[in-house]
Parts: sequence; C-alpha cells; structure tokens
Amino acid sequence: AFFWLVSLLLSSLIWFIAVKASDPRDEPLQKGLLIFGVMFSVLLQEAFRFLYYKLLRKAIEGLVALSEDGCSPISIQQMAYVAGVGFGLMSGAFSMINLLADALGPGTVGIHGDSQLYFLTSAFMTMVLIFLHTFWGILFFHGCEHRRWWEIVAVVVMHLAVSGSTFCNPLYVGSLVPSYLLMAAAAAWAYLLSGGSAQNLRHFLLCKS
Amino acid sequence: MLTFMNNSDSEEEPCNERTSLMSAESPPVPSYQDGLQASEAGEAQAHRKRRTGSSRSPNNVADGDMSDSSVPVRESASENEEEELTLKYGAKHVIMLFVPVTLCMIVVVATIKSVRFYTEKNGQLIYTPFSEDTPSVGQRLLNSVLNTIIMISVIVVMTVFLVLLYKYRCYKFIHGWLILSSLMLLFLFTYIYLGEVLKTYNVAMDYPTLFLVIWNFGAVGMICIHWKGPLQLQQAYLIMISALMALVFIKYLPEWSAWVILGAISIYDLMAVLCPKGPLRMLVETAQERNEPIFPALIYSSAMMWTVGMAKPDTAARGPSQQTWDAAEDGRENHRNPSHADSRMSEARGPVPTRPITSFEELEEEERGVKLGLGDFIFYSVLVGKAAATASGDWNTTLACFVAILIGLCLTLLLLAVFKKALPALPISITFGLVFYFSTDNLVRPFMDTLASHQLYI
Repeated sequence: AFFWLVSLLLSSLIWFIAVKASDPRDEPLQKGLLIFGVMFSVLLQEAFRFLYYKLLRKAIEGLVALSEDGCSPISIQQMAYVAGVGFGLMSGAFSMINLLADALGPGTVGIHGDSQLYFLTSAFMTMVLIFLHTFWGILFFHGCEHRRWWEIVAVVVMHLAVSGSTFCNPLYVGSLVPSYLLMAAAAAWAYLLSGGSAQNLRHFLLCKS
Repeated sequence: MLTFMNNSDSEEEPCNERTSLMSAESPPVPSYQDGLQASEAGEAQAHRKRRTGSSRSPNNVADGDMSDSSVPVRESASENEEEELTLKYGAKHVIMLFVPVTLCMIVVVATIKSVRFYTEKNGQLIYTPFSEDTPSVGQRLLNSVLNTIIMISVIVVMTVFLVLLYKYRCYKFIHGWLILSSLMLLFLFTYIYLGEVLKTYNVAMDYPTLFLVIWNFGAVGMICIHWKGPLQLQQAYLIMISALMALVFIKYLPEWSAWVILGAISIYDLMAVLCPKGPLRMLVETAQERNEPIFPALIYSSAMMWTVGMAKPDTAARGPSQQTWDAAEDGRENHRNPSHADSRMSEARGPVPTRPITSFEELEEEERGVKLGLGDFIFYSVLVGKAAATASGDWNTTLACFVAILIGLCLTLLLLAVFKKALPALPISITFGLVFYFSTDNLVRPFMDTLASHQLYI
C-alpha cells in the first residue's frame, strides 16, 4: 500500500508540473496531459511493484538465513498475494473514498446531464481494479521469480489496457466489459500459476476431501 | 519511545511459548527501549491548557540487573536465536501496536469529521500566544515559529523538571501531579467531549444521568490507570485519553503552528532520547542505576507486566526490594502530561494481585511485549486529525497520512529490533506523515479530482 502511495505521489507530481507548465485553457492539451498522466502513472505503479518485489526478495533471504530449518515462515507466493491486495486496496480506497463521502450528503446523481449510473459504475470499476491488482501481483511476482519476462510485460500491458479502457467512460460498455473479461482471464491464469487446477476446483466445489 | 519487554530469567520457569525466550541457559537479553516521547507534565488547569507528553518508560529494570551475569561463551549462538525470535515476535508486536494506534486515530478522525466543536477556533492556549490572523504570510510564519519555540521550551523545561524530581526522589510530588492531571483529563475533558457529541447529534440528556455516566467512567478510569484493572480496559482508557488530548491540541493549536510544532517535536524527541545529555536518556539511565522501572506511567504496553519484587533470597534484602517496588510504584512520572498517567496504568499492572509482597524468589517477569509512549499516540493522532480537519475535506489525505504513520512505526520497530535500545518513535513517522500530508494535499488531490471527474482509473 505504501509503495502504491509513493508511486501515486510521484506520478501526480509529474502531472502537476506538466499542468502548471502548460496553458490551462487549452482543452485538448489538458486532456492529452491527463492521458499522459494516467499512462505514466500506470507505468510508475508497475515499476514500484517491481521495486517492492526486490525488497521482499531481500527480506525473504534474511528470514531464511535466520530461521531454524532453512525455510522462511512466509512464501513468496503469499507475499505476492499480500502485495497485490495492498496495491489493490490502496488504489481502491483512493478511488472510492471521496465518492463514498459525497454519497452520504445531499445531492442528485448526474444532474448536469452526466450519467445516472455514476456511483454504480464507479463501484464496479473499483472492485474490478482491486481484484485485478491482486491477480497482477501474483502474476508479476511469479514472472520475476521464474524470469519469465513475458508475464511481466503481459501484466503491464493489461494494466495499460484497463486504464485505457476507462477513457471510454461514460460509455460504460467500453470500459467495464473488457475489464471484467480481463479480470476473469487474469484470475484463471493466477489460479493456475498458484498450483490450482480444474480438478482442485471440482474437489473444492463438491466438498470432497 | 518504543520499548521491548523481555522476559527475565527465572530458574524454575516451565518452558512454554511465552517463556522460551527466558531459558536459563541463554544470556539475558538487554531490554529494548524505544524512544521515549517525553511528555511534559501539563498543568491541570481549568483553562484547558495542555501539553501532551508521553514518556515511555524503558522497561529494563530486571534485565539491566541480570545482564551482568550473562555468559559470553554462548553469547553468539543465543544472540542469533534471540534475533530470530525477536523478528518473529517483532511482527506480532507490530500488529499489537498497529491496533491501538489505528483505534486512536479512528476515534480522533471520526470526532473531527462529525463534531463541529473541534474544528472551530475558540481561542488559543497560553503556550501559543501569537495569533495567526495576520495579514501577511511572513508575519504568520514568524508567529508560528515563535509559538513553536515557546511550546518546545515549555516542554523541555517540564521534562527537565521531571527528571530532576525523579533524580531527587520526590516521588510523592510526581505521584500527586499525575493523579491530579489524570483526574482532570478523565472528568473535565470527558464531560466537555460528551457534551459536544450530544449537541452534535441532538440527543437530550439530563444532568443526573450525565453525572452518573461521567462519574462511573472517571472513577473506573482512575482505578484502572492508577491501580489495577484488566489489561484491555487499561488499554482502552489510554486510547481514549490520548484521543481526548489530541482533540484538545487540534482545537487549540493554530494551523501553521501545529505543523511546525509537530516537526519541532520530532526533532526534540530525537535529541532527547539519543543525545548523551538528553533529559530522557538521563532518565533512562537513572532508572537503570536504581533498578526501577522507569515511568510506567504514560506508557501503553501491549502485554501483561507482572511486577514482582526483585529476587532476593534472604529476608534482609526484603526491605530494600520492597522499597524498590514501592518506589517503582510511585516513580511514575508524566513526562508531558500528568494526564497521561493513564498510560502508565495501562502498563497492565492489572492481574498481579498479591504476589509482589510474598514471592521474593521471582524476578520481574514480563511477557514479551512492546511499549509505546502515550505522547506518540497523541502526536500521531494530532497529525491525522489535523489532516482530516484542514485538508479541504479530503479523505485521501487522511488516508495517506495514516498509511505513512503506520509505515513509519513499522520502520521504527524494525530499527528497535536491530539496535536494541530506546528509540524515539516520533521522528520517522512524523516525517513521513508530514511529507505525505503536504504532498497529497497539494499534488495528488488535483490529480485525483480530475481523474474522478472524468471517471478515469489508474
């Protein structure tokens, strides 16, 4: 969560500088700067995920060295999951919490002609992003562990795609549907990477021991 | 300050998870002391002037006593094992400290966001005499710096005074001071707080009921804090006391002064704990020399402490050990606020009934735990509360400050495990908190607002 926060800080710093240095009345320029800001922020988030991976690797080595039986109390997969959840929660909290605070107060949704479904779609979008961050965490760390760069690249591309799809808002079908599809794909992939299989799933669902 | 409580050695200790750290073979571990937040003892005045100060007493009495008898041969091996155990238990302690700090912050933020009273400006404390309603920026900055200088010097004077009192064994005075301030905190401030909350939610309450509620709350608090009580109740009272203090600070400190004071106090904390002539360090050393637990007051402890008399086999030593124990009882000092005496109570002297007098063979045992001074709680909550109050109604800033403070606390605990001595808990967290507050408020907020208005997600 902290690392996500720092990445957000840096990316907003860049955006802020860019905005201040540019002409505020030029609409397309502002929009372009915003798009640039979003993409840059995505890249920065993934970079920080990588840095976090490096930090955790060092921590695991330390734990292994200190432990009695040569294996650390927490595995890298668990750390990947936790890292993903941390990123996701922080990103979700930052996206949603002001909305939630405003939702308590008096007001009408979409009174100026905007979409009526603003809150609803925001909620769904946030949810899908949190899930995605968790899965990306697992995929990313797995890729770093086993030196499979294409996995890492796939995560970055997916993140860019999801963020990019939000540019279609308020045409929600353009952003929500692809995001959910990507989430399903990432979920299946992460599940398989973590050692799950169709058989495990069947056993679990049918409550076999 | 953060302090680790280590289990002392005890010969006939049965080996279980709790006592595995204190096996007779391994050399006693020097107690870990975290930075003490020197709290100034605030005057208990009707004008609600307060300084928060929390002093954490390093908990190292028995350990300091035993450390002389350590066997150097097995030192390295046990040290390694000790380190590993430290790390293992360290994670648990981090969580044990996260929960109360989070609770305190939640209480403060919830109150700030809902009760209007604490964000209204109704005058200032006499410790911050310069007003900030000046026309020019430079003048305002100057005023806030002057306010900070006055406040910090008051805190330094009070801490030095406290150290002197402790050095010259004026325990009665300190004890009385503590009781007075905790009385005021528990009764007067709670009354005001309750009054404001009831006003906000437009709930009517008659005076007899109010009197009953406040009387019970205050009386149980006094008993819990100054005498014995269940650990969780003590911890709860300490959290409430810290929250009340933080709210008072948030209300009565003008804006810029508050930020400058936060910065200055973390620097002061750093110096007071680490410099050889720093008052807090002298306090720690004095207490170590006398083999007394320092400042059990104003300390939040996360685990049980079974305060027992020092182990002396013969009856001749009964006198001094009994006296030491009594002195330890009385030697609680509020660094900053007498009102923080409560924290002292939370030191969990609860479930130790009659053992101290009778069992002289037992050494001072403590379950391995961590102690954090109440002043730290208070200043963390002040930072987060100020962020909630003044950051243009933005929750992102509050959340960012919260995460920053917790990460700072984590880092401090890590350093504690590495350095194994008293460390100041304020500097790292407050620095992170301040950096994140200003950067989130000025940089991240416009970015996130623009993103939200276009419903873009990053």
